[in-house]
Amino acid sequence: MDLGAINPILLIAALMSAATPILLAATGELVVERSGVLNLGVEGMMIVGAICGFAIAVETGSPMIGFVAAAVGGAALSLLFALLTQVALANQVASGLALTLFGLGLSALLGQSYVGVKPPRMGDVDFGLLADIPVLGPILFSHDPVLYIGVLLVAAVWATLKLTRLGLILRAVGENHDAAHALGYKVVRIRTLAIMFGGALAGMGGAYISLIRVPQWTEGMTAGVGWIALALVVFASWKPWRVLLGAYLFGGITQLQLNLQGAGVAIPVEYLAMSPYIITIVVLVILSADRSAAPGSLGRTFHASN
Amino acid sequence: MTPLLSLSGLTKAYPGVIANDDVSLQIAAGEVHALLGENGAGKSTLVKMIYGLVKPDQGEMQMHGAPFAPAEPRAARAAGVGMVFQHFSLFDALTVAENIALGMENAPKLRDLSEQIRQVSDTYGLPLAPNRVVGDLSAGERQRVEIIRCLLQDPKLLIMDEPTSVLTPQEVQILFETLRKLSADGTAILYISHKLEEIRALCDTATILRLGRVVGTCVPRDTTARDMAEMMVGKVLATPTRAGVEPGEIVLALNKLSLPSPSAFGMPLREISLELRRGEILGIGGVAGNGQDELLAALSGETPAPVGMVQFQGADIATLGPNARRKQGLLAAPEERLGHAAAPDMSLTENAMLTGAVRERLDRGGFLNWPAARGFAERIISAFDVRTPGPANAARSLSGGNLQKFVIGREVLQRPEVLVVNQPTWGVDASAAAAIRQALLDLATGGAAVIVISQDLDELMEIADRFAALNEGRLSAPQPTKGLSVEQIGLMMGGAHGMEVAHV
Repeated sequence: MDLGAINPILLIAALMSAATPILLAATGELVVERSGVLNLGVEGMMIVGAICGFAIAVETGSPMIGFVAAAVGGAALSLLFALLTQVALANQVASGLALTLFGLGLSALLGQSYVGVKPPRMGDVDFGLLADIPVLGPILFSHDPVLYIGVLLVAAVWATLKLTRLGLILRAVGENHDAAHALGYKVVRIRTLAIMFGGALAGMGGAYISLIRVPQWTEGMTAGVGWIALALVVFASWKPWRVLLGAYLFGGITQLQLNLQGAGVAIPVEYLAMSPYIITIVVLVILSADRSAAPGSLGRTFHASN
Repeated sequence: MTPLLSLSGLTKAYPGVIANDDVSLQIAAGEVHALLGENGAGKSTLVKMIYGLVKPDQGEMQMHGAPFAPAEPRAARAAGVGMVFQHFSLFDALTVAENIALGMENAPKLRDLSEQIRQVSDTYGLPLAPNRVVGDLSAGERQRVEIIRCLLQDPKLLIMDEPTSVLTPQEVQILFETLRKLSADGTAILYISHKLEEIRALCDTATILRLGRVVGTCVPRDTTARDMAEMMVGKVLATPTRAGVEPGEIVLALNKLSLPSPSAFGMPLREISLELRRGEILGIGGVAGNGQDELLAALSGETPAPVGMVQFQGADIATLGPNARRKQGLLAAPEERLGHAAAPDMSLTENAMLTGAVRERLDRGGFLNWPAARGFAERIISAFDVRTPGPANAARSLSGGNLQKFVIGREVLQRPEVLVVNQPTWGVDASAAAAIRQALLDLATGGAAVIVISQDLDELMEIADRFAALNEGRLSAPQPTKGLSVEQIGLMMGGAHGMEVAHV
């Protein structure tokens, strides 16, 4: 056992990267749920985003175009969910589960010829001298652009929900869709847009795994991250900054336990592997003591009855 | 002079029903116009057309003489139509100012809006703090949010759909003052209600609808409430009657019943004591949300109470559940028809079985006795004139009034010793309400004791022998209803709540 081999600076830098897929997917799902829709298809949208991003990045040679394609792919799949739940008024839970299964199958089909291929590498953002600052440089200024986009999105979602009229309308639709309809807001249109936003972010989260975290394609490689993102939204009481906190906590512990495994700590690997899930959930359960935060219309089917 | 709004020949049909058939009426600026009718008479459809929520099939509307056909509420609001909804269209988790901003076309910044809210609430005597969360407000305060939301847009026509059903008498007075002020300023008001005395006190003209048609207009000040009611119903109404019965021995006693609040938006019960005698009807009034649901749950057995607090026929039943209490003869019919009193998607037979199984022996050894249950449901349907094709229909398919008759009938026919009902005639039309009240009176005449929890004071005055009020989970001492004045009732209901600033 050699705990000295764990470098805290590299650990913190790596946790931000490990947290980004969850962060992206959870931020998107937060917007969806704030609009009153429960989309359990996050995992499916992530894996479809992962293969779309991977394939397009390989074909074009540009990881950035790959991320755009991942967002489009995730949004396209979520549009199917929107069609089922907002137009056909299908049950949201069942539709979401179906979406996940469908996404897993579809991605396996699409990805058949990409197994074993290496994607183009995405470069880090060049902060110039800032990256040379000791400690802070490697932690804050030596990452790929998508990681920064993720953090900026959290801030943008928070500001939109809190400060803008658009955010107010979104919250209103999620809080009481009948009242919002009575006031003349287009509940179905707003929700469809929110669902597509959630799909796009989930797709980007998936592509972050296949293009940056584990630069390769394997079937089912999102491995439950979408479900963690879903849980994170609930335990974060639908608050963007808590989602960020939860994602970093999860990413941090994942990274730490990998390092501990590498250092050969005398704890069975299985316990280490489950620790991120347990610790994240325990912390967020403690944080989410104010229970009344759930959007009032969450998961309920809206039908304008006249 | 051209009227502010004139409707001519409006017709709207839904599959199977004609909601509005050739409806015409005119409203002048500054006029308070009542729209009267039973449930299903087409009042809501009519105002929805004016507010742009529903498009008429035929007919046209004119505003200031120009054609007026709002495609959506936004357009109606822009044309100067404001609406206060019957079921408040508010968002519990948002603040007052946010709620108001959502109902405005070009909402100013929240800080400026808060200032405007303060100004309007001072001008019209509607005290309201802009930064409070709506979920914490009383029903009267919530209604003020809706009214202020309309007033901020300077409406020419204000539509009010059953505005007083949730208010205390004092709050009603404040509302009427506000409406009179508005009308004096030239705002026309279209006032929907079936409380006839209020309409007589407030309105200049009344249009009466029945089955989607205009069946008459009148000047409410010069017409008796009874005449208006008979125009609404289209037949002569029977007033509930009862033979005087001397109260018998005490059958139900609450001894300082105290229970914590079941949920964040609930109300704890605080030291409620009462004694109920055979043959009497106790009316319990109070503004919604002051412990009515919690009291019903404590009596029915949904919420068990600590030992010794609930005595039934001399025995302690505080810890017993609903079925054990039913077996002994304590029955209850809760307020919420769909979902609490009845399971919406189950048939009437199944619903009859759900509460009737214990006393009517509809199951044996865990097996259901379908023929007996069907027979019981059929008895309810015929005895209470429930309009439905048969007991196999789902509860959801019945209209509110018919389902209410079924729900009350189901308990009455089980020969209760004590029956507790919450809002027995809420949202029920006049003739069905009269039938339900008569059934309760007959039950008491037959020697049972009845507790009627209701927000309809006229109803309580009509059928109850004693009256008590719930306020913040406390029950006032019951008083005989004979000779009780509206002011006394208001004080018992704690009507002074939130009124301090309201010097109009």
